[in-house]
Amino acid sequence: MLHVENLTASIGETPILKGLDLDVGAGQVHAIMGPNGSGKSTFAHTLAGRDGYEIGGTVTLDGADLLEMEPEARAAAGVFMGFQYPVEIPGVNNMYFLRTALNSVRRTRGDDEIGARDFLAVAQEAMDLVEMKQDFLYRSVNAGFSGGEKKRNEILQMAVMQPRLAVLDETDSGLDIDALRVVAAGVNALRGPDRSMIVITHYQRLLDYIKPDFVHVLVDGKIVESGDHTLALHLEDHGYAGFVNHKFDDAPLSGVTA
Amino acid sequence: MSETIRGIEELTEASYEYGFSTDLDTDVAPPGLTEDTVRLISAKKDEPDWLLEWRLKAFAAWQEMEEPDWAKLKIAPIDYQSISYWAAPKQKPVLESMDEVDPEIREMFDKLGIPLHEQKMLSNVAVDAIVDSVSVVTTFKETLADAGVIFSSFSEAVQEHPELVREHLGSVVPVRDNFFAALNSAVFSDGSFVYIPKGVRCPMELSTYFRINSMNTGQFERTLIVADEDSHVSYLEGCTAPQRDENQLHAAVVELVAKDRAEIKYSTVQNWYPGDENGVGGIYNFVTKRARAHTDAKISWTQVETGSAITWKYPSVILQGDRSIGEFYSVALTSKHQQADTGSKMIHIGADTSSSIISKGISAAQGQNTYRGLVKMMRSAEDARNYTQCDSLLLSKESGAHTVPYIEVKNPTAQVEHEASTSTVGEDQLYYCRQRGMNEEDAMAMIVNGFCREVFDELPMEFAVEAQRLLSMSLEGSVG
Repeated sequence: MLHVENLTASIGETPILKGLDLDVGAGQVHAIMGPNGSGKSTFAHTLAGRDGYEIGGTVTLDGADLLEMEPEARAAAGVFMGFQYPVEIPGVNNMYFLRTALNSVRRTRGDDEIGARDFLAVAQEAMDLVEMKQDFLYRSVNAGFSGGEKKRNEILQMAVMQPRLAVLDETDSGLDIDALRVVAAGVNALRGPDRSMIVITHYQRLLDYIKPDFVHVLVDGKIVESGDHTLALHLEDHGYAGFVNHKFDDAPLSGVTA
Repeated sequence: MSETIRGIEELTEASYEYGFSTDLDTDVAPPGLTEDTVRLISAKKDEPDWLLEWRLKAFAAWQEMEEPDWAKLKIAPIDYQSISYWAAPKQKPVLESMDEVDPEIREMFDKLGIPLHEQKMLSNVAVDAIVDSVSVVTTFKETLADAGVIFSSFSEAVQEHPELVREHLGSVVPVRDNFFAALNSAVFSDGSFVYIPKGVRCPMELSTYFRINSMNTGQFERTLIVADEDSHVSYLEGCTAPQRDENQLHAAVVELVAKDRAEIKYSTVQNWYPGDENGVGGIYNFVTKRARAHTDAKISWTQVETGSAITWKYPSVILQGDRSIGEFYSVALTSKHQQADTGSKMIHIGADTSSSIISKGISAAQGQNTYRGLVKMMRSAEDARNYTQCDSLLLSKESGAHTVPYIEVKNPTAQVEHEASTSTVGEDQLYYCRQRGMNEEDAMAMIVNGFCREVFDELPMEFAVEAQRLLSMSLEGSVG
């Protein structure tokens, strides 16, 4: 479904992604872990289409070239990104924002727009998923939200948008354990045979709640190791130090069941 | 009104010797402004002597005045002698019903989306439509008449309620107030008059649409609203103008009088032609709007300004009576080469008076936006309060935002607060919206509308929707 081949990204003269390869099949959940500065967030933004990077390589979703598309076209193609730092939009209510977003992609896809009344039902279902109260819909987008509310709002948006590919960038950062549980439950409920997910995280903790099919270790702009969820447990015990050294000698890792 | 129009027709037919032309089905006075022009306008409108005298006094004052140059506006010199001061659309003399309105005029209003036909009208909005200088249709008069409300063209009010007009005309904006007000007082063509009797809550929103129709005709509207004791009225003024190459001068005067415990809410959506992307053409909009609030009265100005090449406008409230309240909510958008110098004046005279000013300025492309406001606490303004908030949003590197607050406090118990902010639409906000599927223009419009939310919330519902649409339209092509 998602095919990434020799992906490079740089800002100005500084290379960040240095030849990243990844294949994500339909219905799979892939975790990408790595130390700070390894390029995890850049990878997410590269998929979503943020301006400002020099990009090389290939990224296709269901065979379509994502790199050629504007961010909104990627959204219509089914890419959803859960932001590490969700953006505040004062004065725009959450419900209006969500409905505009959903109708924008529906319009692009040639589907009928959803009216306010029908949308309320869609939103209600999504809100139940992330245990949000009604008044949440009528507050300005992320403005004055707590860290936990912002992340729950991202999952709420994902539930409404029903994406083909969800890229969740450090959704666990800044969450207490209760909020983490709610967010993870929301993500798990949205898993399905037609939906793929890339879960980006620094800590193994999230993967206790969202069990990935594959775990990849991203170091210095490349995936240096891939495995099943036990790879995450290894990282929990040993940190990233072994991988950071690893790139200098190419020796096989011990203790990893690939 | 029909009599007035018949009178105009007769005068027009007789005036060819003065050089009136009737081609394009419009009667246009030759360019130029002298005392004779003033007399001519007054005669065409069959005005009483006191009003002619009043006009002549204003004209004499105007001749001794100079254009103000303190605003942050670059304006090409205006040749007042090249402007025609009278244009009236040709009309059937008697209008028994809406069906008799000139089809071309009806078509023009349809294009503007103005719901003239009763069946199309918003259920509780009365429209007094103005084409160039003469009111052509007034609707819903009977419902209003039942409530004792007078809502008519200014000319008609002069004929039918001369005592009310005479008592209040110039009582808030004297003829010598400023250059443009003096000009307007001398040559005003028509406008609207509203009187709400004691204790009456006006049963519907009152609405007027203006439109400039002819080339090179100045527009000098005069509006007077008098809310008698314990009454309430909400009034909406909306303007649209077609594309023109020549700059057109618009100098209106609006006077509001709110007597004891009365409330007037005055909302404006202004979309005059702003000129093209090279700064050619567009309306010059010099407006004097002022209200007098008596004891326990309340005045609320709300304006959404997206049009005009030049906007010079400071809706003001004289808080004369104790405990009177003044409010000003404003969205001013300048794009292309538009320049706006706008704000509010709150003059506190009475004790325990309070005022608030919420101003949102948006500058796109090469647009320049200046907030200029005065808060004045007179010696008598015991415990008076003002809160002012000016927020500016910049959408391009070439655009500009400027804030010029004047504060004069002569009473030590008065409190004045001023807050100002300037921000840009963040790339991260645009990216966030685009990641959710919105295109760049829709995203920009949404963010800007959010910025204006506090002001839009003050508009009557249906007009808030229109204002948002207008803002989005004005932003088209200004992204990036």
